[in-house]
Amino acid sequence: MLALQFLRDGRGQTVTILVGVAVGVAVVVFVSALIQGLQSNIVQRTLGTQAHIRVLAPDEVNRQPVVAKDTLQLVWEDKRAQRRRSINNWQQVVATLDTLPSVGAVSPVIAGPAFAGRGAALESVALTGIDLQRYQQIIPLPDYIIDGSARLEPGEAMIGSELAMTLGLRVGDKLRLDTGRDNPAVVNVVAVFELGVRELDARNVYLGLKQAQALLGLPGGVTQLDLVVDDIFAADTIARRIARLTGLEAESWMEKNAQLMNALSAQSLSTNMIIVFVSLSVAFGIASVLSVSVVQRTREIGILRAMGAGRQQVLQVFLIQGALYGLLGALMGIAGAYVLVWVFNTFGPGLFYIPVANTLVVFALVLATVVGVLAAAVPSRRAAMLDPVVAIRYV
Amino acid sequence: MSEAEAAVLRLVGLRKSYNVGLSNETEVLHGLDLVIERDDFAALIGPSGSGKSTLLNLIGLLDQPSAGELYLLGEPTSTMDDAGRTRLRGESIGFVFQFHHLVQAFGALDNVLMPLMLRHGRPGPAAIDRARGLLAAMGLEKYAQTRPNQLSGGQQQRVAIARALVTQPSLLLADEPTGNLDTRTAADVFELMRRFGREVGCAVLLVTHDPRLSAACDRTIDLVDGRIVSDTRVGPSGTG
Repeated sequence: MLALQFLRDGRGQTVTILVGVAVGVAVVVFVSALIQGLQSNIVQRTLGTQAHIRVLAPDEVNRQPVVAKDTLQLVWEDKRAQRRRSINNWQQVVATLDTLPSVGAVSPVIAGPAFAGRGAALESVALTGIDLQRYQQIIPLPDYIIDGSARLEPGEAMIGSELAMTLGLRVGDKLRLDTGRDNPAVVNVVAVFELGVRELDARNVYLGLKQAQALLGLPGGVTQLDLVVDDIFAADTIARRIARLTGLEAESWMEKNAQLMNALSAQSLSTNMIIVFVSLSVAFGIASVLSVSVVQRTREIGILRAMGAGRQQVLQVFLIQGALYGLLGALMGIAGAYVLVWVFNTFGPGLFYIPVANTLVVFALVLATVVGVLAAAVPSRRAAMLDPVVAIRYV
Repeated sequence: MSEAEAAVLRLVGLRKSYNVGLSNETEVLHGLDLVIERDDFAALIGPSGSGKSTLLNLIGLLDQPSAGELYLLGEPTSTMDDAGRTRLRGESIGFVFQFHHLVQAFGALDNVLMPLMLRHGRPGPAAIDRARGLLAAMGLEKYAQTRPNQLSGGQQQRVAIARALVTQPSLLLADEPTGNLDTRTAADVFELMRRFGREVGCAVLLVTHDPRLSAACDRTIDLVDGRIVSDTRVGPSGTG
């Protein structure tokens, strides 16, 4: 109450420092929201076209003959060629993974190389055999379709827009697929999709699981299991657990996109740096205003002490002032940040949308208040330690 | 009533030195013995540098003596810690300073309530009534919400007196309360202190340079170079 009155009394100072705190908080909130928005946008785009975790059969390795003890064995080996092979017993693995609580969906996939031809034109493509019902939960293919409809009966294929352009294909046209096994197939194009990634749009050809198995010579087999998880940033942990559980290889999107993860964490680091340095400068601002305030109020502090105010009470008055500077400034700053975000979302480049998370707002409030109290610590202590005799005589 | 009970303040061999332990150590008060009774209205006079303010700070528990003992309401104070002295000061002493020393951020009424707020937090209706009553008695009921810097010097000093009395202290200490007021206002303020000292039943000790003021007091204590050289009672003062 005393603190509030002091704030109102030193209106000029109060407004100045509140604006200072508000600018700092607005920067922190806006930059954090911007980076969060940017990151979740990048991650969404990245994960929109790939599985969170991919489970593969382990690489085949050469078996070494067992040699007698104390024998020096020199080995010169060629790595084995990794032939296309199925994951052993994949039905049961899928059933097991389906029961894991952290896994959102599992989809068996068979993938292999092929040539796609129409007339004399020939393109190398990545043949991907899927169970459309399951695969939709990994990558929402129907959302990406620009022509045709999502369905994969035997003899039907979905192709990317780039491939469609190169081969001059439209929905309803026929496409020849050759895997080099003397069993070429001709399929109908039922849908053209555009994932937004040129490489995928130029190369991906989706077939039904059975037809792909036949084309790639792996009847009944699948080469990989694609998974999505609920917490995308726990993907690497979950992948390690799955690897231990199944004895298969499990690769998370984080490993596959190590560079992206690097960039994201560098971004987070720079955001944190901004928060730390803005907090520091806000803290120094509050501390200096309070130091001046303590000097200005020296005599009043003396009077308060003479009237029976304890050191604790004087300490509290200035600590509360610091906290209020932080809290009120943060409220103003958050309002300012909302305006900035609104302006960005409305008039900005429109590349992505910035959400302001509630946790971020609470974090900013708590941070600013704590910074205010910490900044007030030194001036408050000095005020509390003033000798009342000296303070009262202070002019 | 025995003398011990009647004594608001008792000094025994009170000494105060500055720069203790340094080469320029100086003793300002050289062993003072003094008793202030419950109904005393005493003036503390003396030339500049005689130690009046030092003595007042010691009595007001703002400062600690180097030696000797100071009993306030029978309680020895030299062994008290800061919190204890703050408590005792808040409960039993009212201050009036030369430069009225009001807290500028608050209106007159809140200034009067300040000592109560410091002790009990938000004041209750009884406290507010008492503060309003005191302001009214000082002729300031109209100015309850006025900020100190919009009051005249005499008005400010009267607010300060009301503030000193609101806790119903046992001892009112006034340091040149009329020092920067014109003669008429000074006389008014003095009369108010005199009247309320009697009504509230608290002892008053005022430091002054003004011989007319000291002459109007019941008791005059003369401090010269840190020693009490005379202590005289005039007129029909306390029954003792």
